[in-house]
Amino acid sequence: MASLRLQGVRVLQLAPIELEIAAGSLVMLSGASGAGKSLLLRALADLDPHSGEVYLGTEPRSRMPASSWRRRVALLPAESSWWAETVGDHFPQNCHELTPWFERLGWSLTVLQWAVARLSTGERQRLALLRALALQPEALLLDEPTAHLDAANGSQVEALIADYRQRHQTAVLWVSHDAKQRHRLGDQSFCISQGQLIPEFIHR
Amino acid sequence: MITLSAGDLSLAAVLVLLVALLSLQLHLGLERRLLIAAGRSVLQLMLLGLVLKTLFATQALWLILLLALIMLAVAGWEVMARQQRPYRGFWGYGIGALSMFISSFSITVLALTLIIRVEPWYQPQYLIPLLGMLLGNTMNGIAIALDQLTRQAVASRAQIEAQLLLGAHWDQAIAGLRRESLRAGLIPIINAMSTAGIVSLPGMMTGQILAGGPPLEAAKYQIMILLLISAGTGFGSIAAVWIGSRRLFDDRERLRLDRLRSPRI
Repeated sequence: MASLRLQGVRVLQLAPIELEIAAGSLVMLSGASGAGKSLLLRALADLDPHSGEVYLGTEPRSRMPASSWRRRVALLPAESSWWAETVGDHFPQNCHELTPWFERLGWSLTVLQWAVARLSTGERQRLALLRALALQPEALLLDEPTAHLDAANGSQVEALIADYRQRHQTAVLWVSHDAKQRHRLGDQSFCISQGQLIPEFIHR
Repeated sequence: MITLSAGDLSLAAVLVLLVALLSLQLHLGLERRLLIAAGRSVLQLMLLGLVLKTLFATQALWLILLLALIMLAVAGWEVMARQQRPYRGFWGYGIGALSMFISSFSITVLALTLIIRVEPWYQPQYLIPLLGMLLGNTMNGIAIALDQLTRQAVASRAQIEAQLLLGAHWDQAIAGLRRESLRAGLIPIINAMSTAGIVSLPGMMTGQILAGGPPLEAAKYQIMILLLISAGTGFGSIAAVWIGSRRLFDDRERLRLDRLRSPRI
C-alpha cells in the first residue's frame, strides 16, 4: 500500500526525472534501446551510483539500508541470473503459500528440485518473477517481463502481476517494447526520447 | 663447507644461456624475459649478500627495520603487478601490502621471540631470512587469492547483483567467491606441505644441508618454516580477501566494479 515517487533522479544523459506512481497503479515505460530504461530501473533499485531521491510512500530510500530497500522495491531484470544449483536454492525457505502461483504458471512445487541448467529462457524468466514476488515486495520494477514468452505464457504472467498488484496495492513501473501491451495494461505510459520522459497517450 | 667461486656460478649460468638459445630456436619468445630474470636474481641476491654482511656487522635496529620495510614494499608492489584487474588508487597497492604486513611481520616477530627465542629478537641473521621466506610465500597466496576474487567478481557480476536485488547483504552475495578465492590462495602451500620431503626437498633445507648443517636440525627448521608459512599465507589471504571483498561494495551495498582498473593487455 505505498506509492513510488522519484525526485530529481538523474541517470546518464537523461534530464532529472520527477514521477509519482500511485499505490496500485501501473506505469509503462518505452524508448529506443540504449535510451536508458534499464539503467533507470537499476538506479531506482539503488544498484548504480546516481543522484536524486526515491520515496516508498513517505519513506525516503536514503534512510533505509540498501538491502531492505531492494527487498521492498523489487527489480526484475530482463535477463534473469541464477547462482545456485537448483531452483529451490533461490527461493525463501518456506514457500508453500506460493503453491497457487506456481500452479498458475503451470508447475507444481516439484519445480523447486529442478536443476537450473535444464530450464529454458522462458521458464527462467517466469521463475525469476515468482522468486521476486516470493519476498512480497511493495513496489515492482519490471524490465520486459514477458519478452521471451509466447502469447499464452505472456498473458498468464500479465494476469499474475495484475492480481498481485491489486491484492497488495503495489506501484509498478514496467518497461515494455510492445505498444499493444502498454495500451492494454498501463494506467499511464511514458516514452524516453531525447533524454526526456514524454507522456504517451493511452487508448484502449 | 665448500665455497663457490665466480667461475663455478658461471658454469650454472651457461646452462641458462643454453635454455635461452633453445627458446630462440623454438620461437618461444621467452629468451629475453628468462635472461632478464636470471640477471635480476644474480644482482639482487649478490646485493642482499653484501647488505646482510654489513648488517650482521652493525646490528643497528633502524637499518634492519629499513631493510624489512623495503622487502615489504617490493612484495606489495609484486602482488599488485600480478593482478589482472588491480584496485584503483591506493587500494591496488594497499590491500596486498597491508595483509602481508599483518601476517608476515607479526608471525616473524612471534617466531623470533617465542619459538627460536633469539636475543635480541631483531638479530638480522635470523630476522631477515625468516621474513624473506614468509613474505615470498604469503605474497604468492595473497596474489592468487586476490586475483581470483576480482576476476570472479567481474565474471559473476550478474549473479552477485541478482542476489543483491533479492535483498541479500553484500557479504552474503560475495560469500561463495570469498570461499573459492581463499581455497585458490591456500591450495599451493597445502600441496607443498603434503609433498615436502617425499617428492620435493624444500629449498631452505637443501641450502642448510649443502652448507654443511646436520640434516635433522635442517629438517626441524624446515618444519618450523613450513608451518609458519602456512599460517602466514592463511592469515594474509583471509585479510586480503576480506578487505578486498569489502572494497568491491560501497556503503549502499552496490557492486562497484569501477573500483577495479581495466584489464591489462
